Amino acid sequence: MIPLEYYLVVSAALFSLGLFGLLTRKNAINVLMSVELIFNSGNINLVAFSRFVSGDLDGQVFALFVIAIAACEAAVALAIVMSLFRHLKSVSLEGASALKG
Amino acid sequence: MIGGVTVQRLDTIASLKYFTPEIVVVFTMMAVLLLDLVAMKRSRGERRVLIVAPALIGLAVALFYSVRLAESPAAGLFSGMVAQDGFGSVLRIVFLVTSIFVLLFTLHSRELSSVHPGELVVLLLTVTAALMWMSNAVNLLMIYLALETVSIASYIMVGYLKGDRLSNEASLKYILFGAISTGTMLFGMSLLYGLAGTLDLYGIRSALANQEILVESGPALMVIILMVLAGIGFKMATVPFHFWCPDVYTGAPTPVTAFLSVGPKVAGFAVLVRFFYGGMARPEGEAGFAMVGAVNWQAILIGISILTMTLGNVTALLQTNLKRLLAYSSIAHAGYIMMGAVVLSGEGIQAMVAYVVIYLFMNLGAFLVVIVVHNAVGSFDIKDYAGIWRRSPLLTVLMGIFLFSLMGIPPFAGFLAKWYVFAAVIRADLGWFAVVGVLNSAVGAFYYIKILKTMFLEGDDVPEPSSPLELHPMHAGLLLLLAVPNIIGLLLWGYLDRITEYSQKLLEIL
Repeated sequence: MIPLEYYLVVSAALFSLGLFGLLTRKNAINVLMSVELIFNSGNINLVAFSRFVSGDLDGQVFALFVIAIAACEAAVALAIVMSLFRHLKSVSLEGASALKG
Repeated sequence: MIGGVTVQRLDTIASLKYFTPEIVVVFTMMAVLLLDLVAMKRSRGERRVLIVAPALIGLAVALFYSVRLAESPAAGLFSGMVAQDGFGSVLRIVFLVTSIFVLLFTLHSRELSSVHPGELVVLLLTVTAALMWMSNAVNLLMIYLALETVSIASYIMVGYLKGDRLSNEASLKYILFGAISTGTMLFGMSLLYGLAGTLDLYGIRSALANQEILVESGPALMVIILMVLAGIGFKMATVPFHFWCPDVYTGAPTPVTAFLSVGPKVAGFAVLVRFFYGGMARPEGEAGFAMVGAVNWQAILIGISILTMTLGNVTALLQTNLKRLLAYSSIAHAGYIMMGAVVLSGEGIQAMVAYVVIYLFMNLGAFLVVIVVHNAVGSFDIKDYAGIWRRSPLLTVLMGIFLFSLMGIPPFAGFLAKWYVFAAVIRADLGWFAVVGVLNSAVGAFYYIKILKTMFLEGDDVPEPSSPLELHPMHAGLLLLLAVPNIIGLLLWGYLDRITEYSQKLLEIL
């Protein structure tokens, strides 16, 4: 059986990749994809810990809720990006700089 | 017993009667959603009445039930997912009052006059219900769900002015920062689940107190606490998770800004208290708490509090846009509120809740003045406030009351709020921390005075004194309603003390 550490390494790698993408990407869609990576790294942790540490199903139920919420968040985020596209004619975050101070 | 009430877990059916305010708000939300469809073809005025009146009634009924629940015995609802205790009951009233005010703010606002108000009311009710869940959640899953519900609905509220570029950009920034913060918090929570083996905050505490875990968990717990603080700090708008705050407050429609500066911020503090006092501390002595686990989280929170109020106050000095200035001012106030949360005593929690109650009135009042002036002048720049004194003395005096209260000058309620917090901090032997707070209030006085100076003294060089600024009767009434608690704050001391006393009763679930 695959030991717990393997899952944790994968999730840590996913989390770091997500964070890296968030900090370096200028395209709003890429940033949203990075956010999904972060959410899913949390999910892997939850399911792995549920299996190896606690032995109950709480973590897996949590992961299901996270998947649902991530979908809602993506829907809202894409709507906002769409409506920004109408103003800027691009999805680059560099254009969104009218608010400053 | 103050400091911790130990109770049993109730099953779902038995819990429902303690959950009435939330249920009422959710049903009102669905009713308004349906009425909105019915009202589609009606005229503007009729539509407004059809949507706003039921929402107001629903919120009032929920308020009635939550006042009644405030004195009912504590309980662990839904098998220990949600708490019913004094702390949550007082905050529930705060959220309902806030959203009643904000609902009325939306009625005559120039920014919102061009959009359909239906969905905004629905979103406001959704957030209100979720705020109440957030302040009562004692399970990591419940905390996460409530926090995300608040976030997702408020992203839409911020971007509600579809045709307005600033509003759009504000909501984009809000959702990006929000997604990063809650994602990080989720990762932290998943690690905490791995460390403790349970999602229940009280279970986590007993796991952390376990000697075996205690010895090895130091670094892991540190990472977990910092990650969870990312999510909570985003809601509270504390340093270093405050970057979204000025931009979002500036871009959002002003009634929404007013709501964000009270509702989600206060709920963030509620989660902070639930998470740290429930999961990382245990009651000790009369009304005190002792930290559990290998990390001194009190020191972390003190550091965040000092940085937050200093940064908020210093940056506010440089602002020229009033909404942006009030954003930094609300960041500074988050620092003061946090002072009450770090002292590890029931008294500190009470001070925090008392601060929040007063903050509600002074901050909403200041934002309502901003709405009124924007309706008349069409600008948020402080320089356009010049000469308001001659156009509407009443409005200027009211703004003066709110600003003096925010400053913390003695006869006004804001002084009382700061008094509570500083007294709690001093009694916890953190005198130097209180000194930092007092120095910060002194810095804060500068920028509030600057606004008043512009309103009273400047604008004499404007050739023709412009026409008197017309104050809508509803705005005048609301302003007076918000101003009265600020003026007679000191007289209400005993009353406030009695109400917020409940909030010391943090729940202990077996």
